[in-house]
Amino acid sequence: MIRGLKLFGLFSRISILNEMQYRANFFLQLFQSSLTLTTGLVVIGVVFSYTQTLGGWSHAELLGIYGVFYLLGGVMGTVIIPNIWAFMDDVREGRLDFTLTKPEDAQLLISVRQFAVWRLVEVILGTIVLVVAITELGMQASWWLAFAFGSTLVMGAVILYSIMLMACTLAFWFIRVWELMEMLQSIYQAGRWPVGIYPEWLRMGLTYLIPVAFAVTVPAEALTGRLTPEMLGITFLFTVALAFISRKVWFFGLKHYSGASA
Amino acid sequence: MIQADLTGTSGPAQRLGRISLRDRIDMYVVAARQAVMEQLQYRAANIMFMVHVLIEPVIYLVVWSTIARSQGGEIGGYTAAQFAGYYIIWTLVRQFNLTLGPYAFNWRIKEGRLAAELLRPVHPIQVDLGYYLGYKIPQTLYWLPMGVILWLLFKPEINPDWWQVLVFPVALLMAFFVRFCFMWVLGLVCFWTEKVDALFELYFATELLFSGRLVPLEVMPAWAQTISGFLPFQWTFYFPIEVLLGRVGLAEFGWGLLAQIAWVAGGYALIMLVWKRAIKRFTAVGS
Repeated sequence: MIRGLKLFGLFSRISILNEMQYRANFFLQLFQSSLTLTTGLVVIGVVFSYTQTLGGWSHAELLGIYGVFYLLGGVMGTVIIPNIWAFMDDVREGRLDFTLTKPEDAQLLISVRQFAVWRLVEVILGTIVLVVAITELGMQASWWLAFAFGSTLVMGAVILYSIMLMACTLAFWFIRVWELMEMLQSIYQAGRWPVGIYPEWLRMGLTYLIPVAFAVTVPAEALTGRLTPEMLGITFLFTVALAFISRKVWFFGLKHYSGASA
Repeated sequence: MIQADLTGTSGPAQRLGRISLRDRIDMYVVAARQAVMEQLQYRAANIMFMVHVLIEPVIYLVVWSTIARSQGGEIGGYTAAQFAGYYIIWTLVRQFNLTLGPYAFNWRIKEGRLAAELLRPVHPIQVDLGYYLGYKIPQTLYWLPMGVILWLLFKPEINPDWWQVLVFPVALLMAFFVRFCFMWVLGLVCFWTEKVDALFELYFATELLFSGRLVPLEVMPAWAQTISGFLPFQWTFYFPIEVLLGRVGLAEFGWGLLAQIAWVAGGYALIMLVWKRAIKRFTAVGS
């Protein structure tokens, strides 16, 4: 665990140093992220010009969901997706063999190599949205709330990572999984609205198949004081199970990998 | 088949004149067939791509029909079932207005593909046009089952007259031409700079809000509707959808068609204007 974090820190530092050469990219990223954020807020604005609540969520609460959605989107963009893309490239180009021959755990290695530092802008913007939402909600801060929100947010990131890892493991068989990743990323978009508004079949899919509900809606529920301790427990068990399964799937995939040079 | 003009030393734009109409039609057919072949090859990938395309309107559909139901059944003149109709037609319109994106344009300059395409005796835009027209055939095939499923799931309400059904394909095809032209113009920017992502994102955000892609324009605030009047976007989403929904009168349709034609003409003129300058800037390594 400690070794993993150290490796993560080291790789991140290299990536950041590398990116620091291109500082203009920061402003481009800031512009782009502000643009998507503004578009999202405009949409919420239009929705609430017609209604007071959406699926039982008020404007401030929906901002909470959007903040979580945006923040976790930033986490995915910073660490999860760049690593997954690099991994898929490696499989296609035959470079994965170099990673596999290293003594360190291969799943760890492929998961920490990239760090798109400018995408942290989205994490910051998402946090700002969350602060605005919390202020608008006028919630009484409490340790339980902070704990529930913080832990579910971390679990959300782990869930998204596990899903992405399982999906990219398919690259061992299919090589071309670009469309699959695109599909997952657009399904993630469903998370910007409370999953409760979706019809039954879609809600089930978003809860158990591609668990956007656990990743985004649950932290937002924690933030707005809707989360029960039981639900927190269920989310925890779900996260652990998913992380475990995704590791098994990863090993299963590795077993089927024949290598590029052998 | 196309005869390559190896003796010609002039630029592609000048060489265009030497090609007969029959050759040009042949060329469209070849490009179209290539698109069909390519698309039928990757079936699983295409189905996933279809889900990727479908999830967006399904989200909008659910959000807006939820609101319509909670507000006494109707907002902006749309009932929940009409919203369903709007977004299901949306999916078909989306299949049709899919075209060469500016990112792909950037890629083909960066990878040096364009250098090879310029050596052909036809303008690259002609090949693109043929390719993306052909692309509509497999895309429509893949769309059909999805359309049926969405129809059964969301029980939409659409009530077009017979003539609206007849003219819908025209509006649909024109929507493609409008979007094709403006995407090409946008792609041409890549001749000047490589840092194009921010510009493209700005363009797509504008399109999202002012085209009816996000939500029917009547539902948008008044200021947004005014802005849409000055932009080409509503003719690529909103207009064809409204035609098949049965919400566009005959006169209105006529004006809409004229507007589409005008935007295509304007877009094409812009392409030719920019292309001349762009191609002068273009240098390829290794040729």
